[in-house]
Amino acid sequence: MLRFILGRLLQAIPVLLVVITLTFFLVHSVPGGPFDADRAVSPAVMKALNSYYRLDLPILQQYLGYLGDLARGDLGPSFKYPGRGVGEMIAAGLPATAELGFYALMVALVIGLSSGVIAGLRPNSAQDYVPMGLAMIGICMPAFLLGPLLVLVFGIGLEWVPVSGWGGMPGDKVLPSLTLGAGYAAYIARLSRGGMLEVLSQDYMRTARAKGLAPWQVVIKHGLRGGLIPVVAFLGPAFAGLLTGSFVVETLFQIPGLGRFYVEAAFNRDYTMIMGSTILFAGAIIVFNLAADVLASLLDPRVHQQSGGGQ
Amino acid sequence: MSAGLWQQSWRRLRRNRPALAGASLLLLMIVLALLTPWIVPFGYEQQNLHLGATPPSPEHWLGTDVLGRDMLTRILYGGRLSLTVGFIATALALIIGVSYGAVAGYLGGVVDALMMRVVDILYALPIMIFIILLMVLFGRSLLLLFLAIGAVEWMTMARIVRAQVQSLRRQEFVEAAVAIGLPPGRIIAQHIIPNTLGPVIIYATLTIPSVMLLEAFLSFLGLGVQPPQSSWGLLISQGVETMEEYPWLLIYPGIALASTLLALNFLGDGLRDALDPKSAED
Repeated sequence: MLRFILGRLLQAIPVLLVVITLTFFLVHSVPGGPFDADRAVSPAVMKALNSYYRLDLPILQQYLGYLGDLARGDLGPSFKYPGRGVGEMIAAGLPATAELGFYALMVALVIGLSSGVIAGLRPNSAQDYVPMGLAMIGICMPAFLLGPLLVLVFGIGLEWVPVSGWGGMPGDKVLPSLTLGAGYAAYIARLSRGGMLEVLSQDYMRTARAKGLAPWQVVIKHGLRGGLIPVVAFLGPAFAGLLTGSFVVETLFQIPGLGRFYVEAAFNRDYTMIMGSTILFAGAIIVFNLAADVLASLLDPRVHQQSGGGQ
Repeated sequence: MSAGLWQQSWRRLRRNRPALAGASLLLLMIVLALLTPWIVPFGYEQQNLHLGATPPSPEHWLGTDVLGRDMLTRILYGGRLSLTVGFIATALALIIGVSYGAVAGYLGGVVDALMMRVVDILYALPIMIFIILLMVLFGRSLLLLFLAIGAVEWMTMARIVRAQVQSLRRQEFVEAAVAIGLPPGRIIAQHIIPNTLGPVIIYATLTIPSVMLLEAFLSFLGLGVQPPQSSWGLLISQGVETMEEYPWLLIYPGIALASTLLALNFLGDGLRDALDPKSAED
């Protein structure tokens, strides 16, 4: 098990290096300097700016310098907001994004798992069709459409919850979390239904029933463990989706998080901020994928034995 | 897959009502998209500032937007663009993925190991983030959008086709083709690829909606299709700005996008059940 985790961590290092290198050279291959569009500045100031941001050095030296800074945890200064570091800006946005992502994941897991299990227990009945129909709609309803519709109905029409903000008014976290989590709830419902169907037809389920366990005990103790495997395998990609989804949700609901900062940085052409966030997002996705794989192998020993780990 | 199996699949598909409904809606959308320039009474940039935003009326069936542009026209043009992106990017992914997977699976050995390692590394990259980065850095052109999306979606296709080809390679009809001295390129093109079509069709049908979603997502953020052009993602993002006063500007493009995605998903599920009966048993 430990060897499996270590092996996967080692594999993550070259991937991360590829991400950093690709991001750096993509950003630096854009024609024109970052200050070209601004109002004209004197050559002396330009020179100072270029040397402050290390733009006067050969590209390879810039790259190695950036790698060195990264290794020390320094993401460099922002292009757009002089005097502010990228690390500092990311630290300011991280709490809101992490909280939003956590709530959305809870929404997705609670709604998705319960409706998937309920549907899987009685396939091809109303108990199956209703949640699966809703799940189908959830898959076809992207966050940027669902969010505004929820705001229109519950924020503007019924006035139950605030229409934007984060932590300023009671209940303002409800709509963003629902908007971000709904699509994943739909996927999880479909996956856990499939998982349940497969598990319920296994012999050990019949054994569990035969030894006299109550039906709910059979489902919770034996069914859920196997039914969860496809869901856990989905959590890695789901995390990547939640992250990009937060771009939309944070912009829609004006949440001061990383997603909104990233979109703003994109429009402001704040290259150092874009680079820093891209690397951070990529690293987070890689780490979360690893965590999901480890969790999957804990639930189902077959997974990592097949992939060559083993004890 | 022999002709008999195709017939069986077709019969199974015909019995699947949601899939048929999806196929019909999709067909209608495609026909409308093809005919758009000839059936709409207004131009997609034709403004009428005196009119402003009006609710649906006999003259403008779905109302007009803030600049007095006919919504039905804009939605039809938007659908034309969204569907084009969906089909072209999927076709691109299909061509790259199928040929890559077929070559790797057929040649096997070191070449296969090397080719699939490349896919593994690409798979581990957070591609969405890179697509956004590309659109931010290199302008928001449609061509780049096709290329970026196509470049992402081929990988799964390559894996599916490779697995199929590996099992096909050992079958007698392929050995017979090798024995009579056909060159590998011809064996792959004529004997291997046609036999991988089932899973490829299923995956392609499910790729189109995810590509359309990606386009809508980028256009919504302002990184995809640019005004005055029209796409469903762009129309939705414009609708959000004024949804309090003119909700129909959000709701109609929303219905267009969601119903098309629904149709594609139903069709994809139906095709999977029809072409791959094993998965349909449960």
